[in-house]
Amino acid sequence: MVVETKEIIKVGIADLKFAKSPEILRTSGLGSCVGVVVYDLSMKIAGMSHVMLPSSSLSKRSDLNQLKYADTAVPLLIDTLIKEGARKYALKAKIAGGAQMFSFSSSNDMLRVGKRNEEAVKVILDQYRVPIISEDVGGNSGRTIEFSLETGMLQVRTVNLGEKQI
Amino acid sequence: MSFIESLTAYQLDTLKEVGNIGSGNAATSLSALLNQKVDMTVPAVRIVDFDQMMDLVGGPDTLIVSVYLRIQGDAPGNMFFVLSPSEAETFVREMTGIDSFTVDTPPLDEMGLSALQELGNILAGSYLSALSDFINVLLQPSVPLLHIDMAGAILTQGLMELSQESDYAIIIDTIINEQDNENDPIKGHFFLLPDPESFPKIFDRLGVED
Repeated sequence: MVVETKEIIKVGIADLKFAKSPEILRTSGLGSCVGVVVYDLSMKIAGMSHVMLPSSSLSKRSDLNQLKYADTAVPLLIDTLIKEGARKYALKAKIAGGAQMFSFSSSNDMLRVGKRNEEAVKVILDQYRVPIISEDVGGNSGRTIEFSLETGMLQVRTVNLGEKQI
Repeated sequence: MSFIESLTAYQLDTLKEVGNIGSGNAATSLSALLNQKVDMTVPAVRIVDFDQMMDLVGGPDTLIVSVYLRIQGDAPGNMFFVLSPSEAETFVREMTGIDSFTVDTPPLDEMGLSALQELGNILAGSYLSALSDFINVLLQPSVPLLHIDMAGAILTQGLMELSQESDYAIIIDTIINEQDNENDPIKGHFFLLPDPESFPKIFDRLGVED
């Protein structure tokens, strides 16, 4: 029996990583954060971003971490993929996350950050004309996602709602 | 340079004392609640990036039971009381006598969940009231929220305020232990995450210079 081990590339919080087939991209414990996968399946390359906040205008410092914000991380993700040989017209996206973990009846805007992250990611993807093939967003559960370049499927795992492929 | 990167050793020691006083009081409450001896570790003040914070409780997709309180008032911040699922189950069984209580097969027992929430409420409340007396600031905890989910999904919510300013969090971390129960002792992590603007206030009240 041939045991094939596929390398799993872990994407941390406010992080961005790239992979070539047959590697697998994984990010764990998405709550209000959004996991964005952009890929060119025929070229077998993909990138995954773990976005924490919607807009870099929220940053209170000048040397901001580009990987943390939807409006800086997603462009970086797409530009780097193109530099690595992906074809812009072939790029597709899948997204997951953006849950509302805490239900407060508070005026604090940060508590609906999940929805705002999701919206911000969609706006940027639309600006770059990258179609969203599938999504699993909202709700109030944490998600762990894995993207396989061999199948183009995104596996979404939750604690109480099981697993699904999107 | 962000505020967090410029903290002095003396300021960190002060924060450690803050954790000591809060969790000492909470340990006393837990001891009264369980009618058992309770130990606590010397608090650690950790400056961690977001991934490291998840690793403190076993990694971002580890299932945790968490009671979260938003602290409002003079020194706002976030507070988590974190238990592992088996610790939470042990606690509920000891408190309520519901031996079948589990946190991983829904539907979960309402009474058990309520007991967990109350545990978080009592412990966090005694932590904060000691703190409030010590640094002489008004701290108003929100209603506690109970979550059973992945560590990453829950704890990042407490990082939202500070993540706008920094890629690091200051965590005042204490572990309290139930002493006598050798089979499955209850251990709990307290994470106190003051908002960035709260630190100068805490240091000022305690007379700590830069």
